[in-house]
Amino acid sequence: MLAVDKENFEAEVLQHQGIVVVDFWSQKCEPCKAIMPEVEELATKYESKAKFCKLDTGGNRRLAISQKVLGLPTIVFYKDGEKVAEFSKEFSMEEVENKLQELI
Amino acid sequence: MGIYDLLIIGGGPAGLAAGIYGARARLKTVILEKGSPGGQAATTEELENYPGFPGGTTGPGLMKAMAEHARDFGADIKKEEVVDINLSGETKVVVTKSGTEYRARALVLASGAHPRSLNIKGEKDFIGKGVSYCATCDADFFEDLDVVVVGSGDAAVEEAIYLTKFASKVSMIVIHDQGILDCNKLSAERAFSNPKIHWIWSSVLEEVKGDGIVEKVAIKNLKTGKLSEIETNGVFFFVGTVPNTGFLQDEVVLDEKGYIITNERMETSAPGVYAVGDARVKYLRQVVTAAADGAVAAVAAERYLAEEEFLKKQVLDFAGVVITVFWSPMNEDSIAAVACLEKVVQELGDNIKLVKIDVSRSEMTNKRYHVTSIPAVLFFVNGEVVARSSGEITASDVKEQIEALNKYTRGLSHC
Ligand SMILES: Cc1cc2nc3c(=O)[nH]c(=O)nc-3n(C[C@H](O)[C@H](O)[C@H](O)COP(=O)(O)OP(=O)(O)OC[C@H]3O[C@@H](n4cnc5c(N)ncnc54)[C@H](O)[C@@H]3O)c2cc1C
Repeated sequence: MLAVDKENFEAEVLQHQGIVVVDFWSQKCEPCKAIMPEVEELATKYESKAKFCKLDTGGNRRLAISQKVLGLPTIVFYKDGEKVAEFSKEFSMEEVENKLQELI
Repeated sequence: MGIYDLLIIGGGPAGLAAGIYGARARLKTVILEKGSPGGQAATTEELENYPGFPGGTTGPGLMKAMAEHARDFGADIKKEEVVDINLSGETKVVVTKSGTEYRARALVLASGAHPRSLNIKGEKDFIGKGVSYCATCDADFFEDLDVVVVGSGDAAVEEAIYLTKFASKVSMIVIHDQGILDCNKLSAERAFSNPKIHWIWSSVLEEVKGDGIVEKVAIKNLKTGKLSEIETNGVFFFVGTVPNTGFLQDEVVLDEKGYIITNERMETSAPGVYAVGDARVKYLRQVVTAAADGAVAAVAAERYLAEEEFLKKQVLDFAGVVITVFWSPMNEDSIAAVACLEKVVQELGDNIKLVKIDVSRSEMTNKRYHVTSIPAVLFFVNGEVVARSSGEITASDVKEQIEALNKYTRGLSHC
């Protein structure tokens, strides 16, 4: 999974044609760390179909807020640079995978 | 995967403590946790009242240590969400969302509680967009921003104080009259002297508003009925909790609010099933009491399992007549009964067996077979009680009984 931050977010996510999945997380967020392996798994499984990124909100707070993310864990789907779906707090990887299949 | 001795549902402080005690007693122990271990305790950064940590410790830090402690003794912690339990068979069956079925001889229900939501307009829509139930998780988003906290209990006031380390202003919306909080005195004093905390008394939150993220809240003053709006970037709710007991269906008895009813040994209405921590009916819901419950339940479960095993091996699985005598080394009459029975059994020979059951160490067995006074003698054939006597036990009575039983068992084998 590609790590994105305030320097490359524009280029890697907003300028990207196709589906981008961004996993917003932080060092302090235990639930985020707990789901990370499952997100990595999805990233491998759908490698050719969607681009997977992770964004550490520590140090990128303004960027997260600009994306209207104010809570963790949050997973946002972008299509051609537009936010098309998101999951926050209580969600399952199953829901995330279903949404992904629907979008690709 | 085999049968576990002890299966614990939930990896908060209650479940982890049960895991530590269970695994240390050499029970084959598994903890099923749907998220990451730690439970609610891992959602509070400042834990000041857990004994042994003057100056306080952190929730996530303490919980990480508890999880490691449980693993060190051999407890297995698995990421699984329990969706159903079935207690009808000899072993208890626990079904998870992934479709796996776990089997265990004893269960500890440690599923805790989750934050109560007020279900006010906008609350659900803005989860992760400014609405939060966890300061530790989300506080740093609000550096130099304004937040609102709803509630006035320990959690609300303590988390509000924590939030002042990040936010520039924390407004507390309190339902009570001016000066009245539901929290402990120390926290109240600290909050009152914190210049970043701003108080909105006699009021309730009516609505959370914004465009994509939280921008303002509507507040109603209960005295005047007046509605007002204040601008804010975040809303934290600490208005109590709701037990996570939905998956239990009707397998154990709950109170009207959904909390599991137990006795002081953490026994639920189902034999071999214990409940601990925030999920049960209790007076004080804290980390220290959750951990204490876990210890009690694991020890109770260990004794239950030992008794079960003894009973099964010595009494229920024996082919022939088993005479059980319920006695106590403190009771003269019962000692006499044991002596008398030992003689009788020697005379009667092979396929009759005497099992002594010390009532002070066999509460489950006493209860199951309704033994309320000693000495008591129960005769078992093929795992079933076929006769019983209590009070004075004489050799001739016992012989007569055995005679009758032998006829009965012989009769059985003929037909
Ligand atoms: C904001 C806040 C601040 C607090 N501050 C303090 C404090 O300063 N001091 C203090 O002593 N106490 C504090 N508490 C209270 C304390 O956290 C709880 O009393 C304690 O965590 C209860 O422990 P528990 O193990 O019973 O339940 P929980 O901590 O709720 O843990 C239950 C666990 O079970 C899991 N679970 C639930 N259902 C299932 C299922 N179906 N399958 C698998 N897993 C499941 C959950 O994911 C969770 O991890 C605070 C609580 C909150 C919310």
